[in-house]
Amino acid sequence: MQHQPGPPMAFYVVQFLTGLASAASLFLVASGLSIIFGVTRIVNFAHGAFYMIGAYIAFTLTERLSGTFGFWGGIVIAALAVAVIGVIVEMVLLRRIYHAPELFQLLATFGLTLMVEDLVVLIWGPDDLVGRRAPGFKGAIDFFGQNIPSYDLFLIVLSPVVLGILWLLFQRTRWGVLVRAATQDRDMVAALGVNQKWLFTSVFAVGVFLAALGGALQIPRDAVHHAMDLRIIVEVFVVVVIGGLGSIIGAFVAAVLVSELNAFGILIFPKISIILVFLVMAAVLIVRPWGLFGRPEAPARKTPGLTVNPWRPLTSNERLAALATLVIAATLPLFAGNYALTVGSEIAISVIFAVSLHFLMSVGGLASFGHAAYFGLGAYGVAFLAKMAGLPMIVCLLLGPLLGCMGAAVFGFFAVQLSGVYFAMLTLAFAQIVWSIAFQWVSVTGGDNGILGVWPASWAASPSHFYWLSLGIAALVTIALRAMVFSPFGYALRATRDSVLRSEAVGINAKRIQWTAFVIAGTTAGIGGALFAYLKGSVFPDNLGISLSVDALVMVLLGGVETVSGAVIGAIVYKALNIWLVSQTDLSKLVLGGFIVLIVVVFPKGIVGMLEMLAQRRRKASPPGSPLLAKPIESAE
Amino acid sequence: MKLTVEGLNSHYGPAHILFDIGFEVGEGEVVALLGRNGAGKSTTFRSIVGLVAQRSGRIMFEGKDVSARPTHGIVRDGLGYVPEERRIFTDLTVEENLEVGRQPKRPNAPHWTRDKLFSLFPNLGEMKNRPGGRMSGGEQQMLTIARTLMGNPSLVLLDEPSEGLSPKIVEQMVDAILTMKKEGVSIVVSEQNLHFARLISDRAYIIERGRICFGGTMAELDARPDIRDAHLSL
Repeated sequence: MQHQPGPPMAFYVVQFLTGLASAASLFLVASGLSIIFGVTRIVNFAHGAFYMIGAYIAFTLTERLSGTFGFWGGIVIAALAVAVIGVIVEMVLLRRIYHAPELFQLLATFGLTLMVEDLVVLIWGPDDLVGRRAPGFKGAIDFFGQNIPSYDLFLIVLSPVVLGILWLLFQRTRWGVLVRAATQDRDMVAALGVNQKWLFTSVFAVGVFLAALGGALQIPRDAVHHAMDLRIIVEVFVVVVIGGLGSIIGAFVAAVLVSELNAFGILIFPKISIILVFLVMAAVLIVRPWGLFGRPEAPARKTPGLTVNPWRPLTSNERLAALATLVIAATLPLFAGNYALTVGSEIAISVIFAVSLHFLMSVGGLASFGHAAYFGLGAYGVAFLAKMAGLPMIVCLLLGPLLGCMGAAVFGFFAVQLSGVYFAMLTLAFAQIVWSIAFQWVSVTGGDNGILGVWPASWAASPSHFYWLSLGIAALVTIALRAMVFSPFGYALRATRDSVLRSEAVGINAKRIQWTAFVIAGTTAGIGGALFAYLKGSVFPDNLGISLSVDALVMVLLGGVETVSGAVIGAIVYKALNIWLVSQTDLSKLVLGGFIVLIVVVFPKGIVGMLEMLAQRRRKASPPGSPLLAKPIESAE
Repeated sequence: MKLTVEGLNSHYGPAHILFDIGFEVGEGEVVALLGRNGAGKSTTFRSIVGLVAQRSGRIMFEGKDVSARPTHGIVRDGLGYVPEERRIFTDLTVEENLEVGRQPKRPNAPHWTRDKLFSLFPNLGEMKNRPGGRMSGGEQQMLTIARTLMGNPSLVLLDEPSEGLSPKIVEQMVDAILTMKKEGVSIVVSEQNLHFARLISDRAYIIERGRICFGGTMAELDARPDIRDAHLSL
């Protein structure tokens, strides 16, 4: 066979330079995220949103302002304007949640992101906007027959310049010294007379400025659109996990690394280029779980689970009540129409999904921000089996979730090496990787067109039969997970949640227990996904997308993180509201985001937690002298 | 009075730690707060500067009630705090550690500069660019005091400055504290070591299980060996 001549060497050089140019924005956003995290200990999910607003505002300004000064002035003014927005967000929202558990901080900033996504569409419209070319950098330079855009060269020079400026800022100014001190010991800085509030606000402003600048500088290269926030934030999470959260040098090196992996990954695996990044990230996590330039964190601080009242199994009366509720739910087909039954099935599936995440979060203390990956894998599993292998429904339902199980086994292994915010970022990144594969690998998954025609067998085809099937499986799953909470495995898992060190000290293999919990939760989510595929008759990449992961988090949060089975109620209320909301408004993300922020700030204990608190207050208020009413142990149910 | 603490109660979660603590410090005085490990000395200091969230009582500093002020506000009023655990910023150099503590000049308190502090603690002057994490315990103890003095406080709460130090360094510490006193800084020093306290203090209070159980001059304390033996381990 004749050896085909490969691309010329110059091609690889140009590819390398393109990678370097892409690294610029990534570095700006990642360094901003790192600086903010260092001092405030908040991983700002909204950082991608600030990046996006920076791009939109810069687009508008550079369209209006003419000339060279107009363009560059517009870029800088856009970044400054977004920094001001950041300051307002910090003062109004973040100051209220600095002492809240990490999960709540992540969710609140995620809520912000959702709101911004709808707001930019409202202001700038849904279409892609193509910005002006940068004056002075419009052409391209010829490199042995290959073109290099001169704007790329500008970006390549810019990154090290910004790195240098940041270095000077942190090493040579009083502000920088204070920030570095606060990164290490915030309280001590306050005890030396420094007002932390303004230090935090200024740090947040600088971080947001960097993100917005990153976005504004993208407009001559890429179209501005309303989904760019999620794309960058996922890449940024990968960058900070590799580079080490809190390290600016780490952000720089990892941004270059990830960009180059992307640039060359396309050449090696054109269909699934993201695989290369994933492999490198996995390798880094095994060798240095805290990142190339990061430092090992002290064992995680308080998890939400630490404040729970002791849990107990249901009493026999409560069991009867639960059974009665289930029986009532089962009578729905007797009086409801087909639409209501379909909604009912969807709610039952949501219960399975929420309960599985709740098991991981509340019992295991591991808040996954990418749980939809396993839900979606279950759905794809069913679709593959049904469409390609042509297996009967019952076999598909049994085997399909195994894809979710396998995904959870692989990703869970890496994820449980980390905890807290790192865990959250990593699970989100994994989910996004799975999504990318489903989206890019068109020959297998159908890409954006999905897999259609996954219909249930005739015995389950009628809405009432499918509703009973979903309800039955939801009930079984809930009972099984509940039983697991009160099994020896559940005790061990709760021990690792409350203190990894102490549980290790009594002989529990914490990582293995957490991994097992991750696989159980992933498989359960896969069961939900499998049913969902049959309910909808199709599977799309959205079934493992970020918004679905967030839905699950909100369901759990709404039910109450600190309860044993609050997620059931959270899922029912949320799903019903969500279906209704989507039918009422186009701005569902805005409303949902605002709703998330509201829950975090006002009702951090969720519906069930709040009812419990009210009940306790009533109990306390009731006159003493009725010892029969006074339970020895308060319980959270 | 420079500092008056009245009816100070503190809690950590459900645990009640301090019970109606009260004591006074006069202008330019060095007062020792003596007690065993866990008696409540550090909690008293942390409560005064507002680092313990659940506390009640009155804290009068230079005639103003500061109990409702945030930590940084109390410190900016001129009430310096040197924590027991030292809490040096290990990534920062000696000079940078001092920079974090720097506050503007105060009319009623001595003004400290880097050079003045380097002559008070000569060891620090020889390692200006060394990161805090690579210093010995004694050097860190000097740095933490120097860092607080950079804020030009008129009163300093010194939490167990002699703990874990070699006799030679303790001697230097005594000299430094006496120099601070001579310059006009009022000092409250918590100690387990009666010998050390006697070298520097005008008066002493004894704290036991979160309550003040003795207050008087050093001579009065020496006249009551029963109290001394009951509440202090020698």
